Amino acid sequence: MLKITEGSFAVADAVRLSRPGVIAAYPITPQTHIVERLAEMVADGELESEYITVESEFSALSACLGASAAGSRTYSATTSQGLALMYEVCFNVAGMRLPILMTIANRAMSAPLSIWNDQQDSISLRDSGWIQFYAEDNQEATDLHFIGYRAIEDHRVLLPAMVCFDGYILTHTYEPVDIPTEEEVNGYLPPFKPYQRLDAADPISFGMYATPEYYMEFRYEIDQAMQRANEVIIQAGKEFGEHFGREYGSLVESYRMDDADTALVAMGSVCGTIKDAIDELRSEGKKVGLVRLRTYRPFPTMELKKALDGVSRVAVLDRNISLGSKGAVGLEVKDALYGSGIVVLDYIVGLGGRDIRKKDIAAITALVVQGKGDMFYGLRTEVL
Amino acid sequence: MVDRSLELFECGHRACAGCGPAIAARLMLKAVGTNSIIVSSTGCMEVFSTPYPETAWKVPWIHSLFENASAVASGIEAALKRQGRSEKVVVIAGDGATFDIGMLCISGAFERGHDFTYICYDNEAYMNTGIQRSGATPYDASTTTSPAGKRSFGNKRPKKDMPQILAAHGAPYVATASISYPADLMQKIERALNTPGPCYVQVHTPCATGWGFESEQTMHVGKLAVETGLWVNYEMMDGKVTKVKKVVRKPVEEYLKVQKRFRHLFKPVRQDAEIATIQAQADRNAEKFGLDIKVKK
Amino acid sequence: MPLSVGCTARPGKARGNRTGAWRTFKPDFKHDKCTKCGQCILICPEGCVEQREDEYYYPDLTYCKGCGLCAEECPAEDVEMRKEEK
Ligand SMILES: Cc1ncc(C[n+]2csc(CCOP(=O)(O)OP(=O)(O)O)c2C)c(N)n1
Ligand SMILES: [Mg+2]
Repeated sequence: MLKITEGSFAVADAVRLSRPGVIAAYPITPQTHIVERLAEMVADGELESEYITVESEFSALSACLGASAAGSRTYSATTSQGLALMYEVCFNVAGMRLPILMTIANRAMSAPLSIWNDQQDSISLRDSGWIQFYAEDNQEATDLHFIGYRAIEDHRVLLPAMVCFDGYILTHTYEPVDIPTEEEVNGYLPPFKPYQRLDAADPISFGMYATPEYYMEFRYEIDQAMQRANEVIIQAGKEFGEHFGREYGSLVESYRMDDADTALVAMGSVCGTIKDAIDELRSEGKKVGLVRLRTYRPFPTMELKKALDGVSRVAVLDRNISLGSKGAVGLEVKDALYGSGIVVLDYIVGLGGRDIRKKDIAAITALVVQGKGDMFYGLRTEVL
Repeated sequence: MVDRSLELFECGHRACAGCGPAIAARLMLKAVGTNSIIVSSTGCMEVFSTPYPETAWKVPWIHSLFENASAVASGIEAALKRQGRSEKVVVIAGDGATFDIGMLCISGAFERGHDFTYICYDNEAYMNTGIQRSGATPYDASTTTSPAGKRSFGNKRPKKDMPQILAAHGAPYVATASISYPADLMQKIERALNTPGPCYVQVHTPCATGWGFESEQTMHVGKLAVETGLWVNYEMMDGKVTKVKKVVRKPVEEYLKVQKRFRHLFKPVRQDAEIATIQAQADRNAEKFGLDIKVKK
Repeated sequence: MPLSVGCTARPGKARGNRTGAWRTFKPDFKHDKCTKCGQCILICPEGCVEQREDEYYYPDLTYCKGCGLCAEECPAEDVEMRKEEK
């Protein structure tokens, strides 16, 4: 049913409909509305979950780890400093192959302290073995929770996932969102069937240590699962389309790419602005298009290459910076297109809540045509 | 009562000969039984029992990190509740994991009142990483990060009073025990398991390698700790001490002199003032807990 | 054998590690003064002492590390440690 609702509330509805047995989360801006709404749902009996009001994000994810190993579907949500506090547990969850789903309300990392949006928080966990989805709008953020659970619980995958959506820009924005019914979701997302679990009837040891004889192969297995996740997510997205009429059959989305000679690559809510800017640039006769990444892990190298086939240049917009190098998405796009002859330039934009406007997109498009890039864009030089 | 004849901890584990924590693991499992889920912290017990694929645990077991066992246990307990299952959730963690790095998670889990039992096997230092001091290391013990030297008598602070901290959280049952008193230890663990809510049992587990004594002395050293009043075996219900193991006290030096970690108190010269300080700690314990059995003369 | 998913294992494999090789002293259960109290079984850190049909205790030398606790703690002094002959 189409409902005008806040992004956080739409996500909370998606979580309710996904029927997690255990929720453990700790409040942090701008994630708070999600966990508050879930607490209300539990208090009102709309959601039958064990809701653990932990004393920290570190314990939130640790509790999810235990609950998932015991065989329950589990959920958490966090951002920024909270996600950083979970760092150690994140690697652990992935290595133990526990399909926990967590919403990330993307926010900048301190210092300086900032509660506003960029994607540095989740990007900094790119090597942890978590699948990372990035939503453009609240409908997609909502839908990715169903697709996410379905894909990660598939026994070919068994990896945790972050559904990332931009803090404030999406979390606190009211938009019409189609919230499916329980029956509809139940028809798409089956009950959680753990691959293995802590159970007195069949004792298993979880979290053993691996000597050098075994460690590399376990890491290889996680990477293999990531590779398989490519296909499983696409399949789950296609089937989602069959059930709900909204198609997510690809890890990248192309916008006006047909005859484009210049492509922009980005993730998240900025893509809405980019699409509007592209419409204007097109009306001026500029052959510009957008390739939006829906997942950053697994990185959709093949799909991206295909989508960018035939362009002359690519401008990557990074809402993060690997300090001392470049933006994390830019680096990967350069790697994917290595040897293709396509020019790839990276632009660090929108850190700590700095707006990215249509005119900025036009300016970046002009810069890439001039061959200028691999830079911070939009710095206020007067304060430097 | 569960069947204590069952061996739930397998031969072939890699603990040192005469390992106190290995004895604790066996005794604990006898008391806990098969209908349980064990959560371990990183440390000696985890390492000596679970190199892939050789697990020594015959009950469901999980290890995540050094400092999060009680948070993991919280999640397991919640999941079992949701699924309507009956297994008992039991944490067994080292003193470093308990007194130091795990405090946050422990405090949270006890405050929330999860139904689980937390057992700390206390070997009074970080043994797994090479015998560094912890908040459980006793006064004057020499460890690799509190070494005795020309200007040091070893660890500068007395042991943290962890049972009291957990009692202050409202834990319905808190007890201390020692592997040197196996029947008492098993009874206390069983009592903790059968008390709803978060319960805590702190078990003294002498460590031959870390404390410096011969492997056959493990039980004897543990007994001396109790007999000198430096380790007190007691129970608390709802914050009140309800039972104490009384002893005919021996002088503390009988305990100190059999361990290399206290050798500097006797050699090259005897440090009377330091020994007196430790004796005073035992005397305070005796007074606080009413330890002394009055011997009729 | 292929790896488990997530580095898990079922019980049983620990027995493959024959810790008896560590031993320099070995316990000699004399079955002479033994009162069948069971202390040796209870306190063995390996859990490798068993009671057989004759009700006497026997150490499993495949795993016994020779710590000497059974000899030290036997109230009847029925167990003696001897240098291992290899
Ligand atoms: C976050 C973190 N810090 C440090 C370590 C290193 N470390 C592993 S075990 C350990 C000490 C364990 O001490 P304790 O809990 O007393 O157990 P023991 O080994 O003495 O049985 C340390 C410091 C770690 N694994 N994780
Ligand atoms: Mg220790």
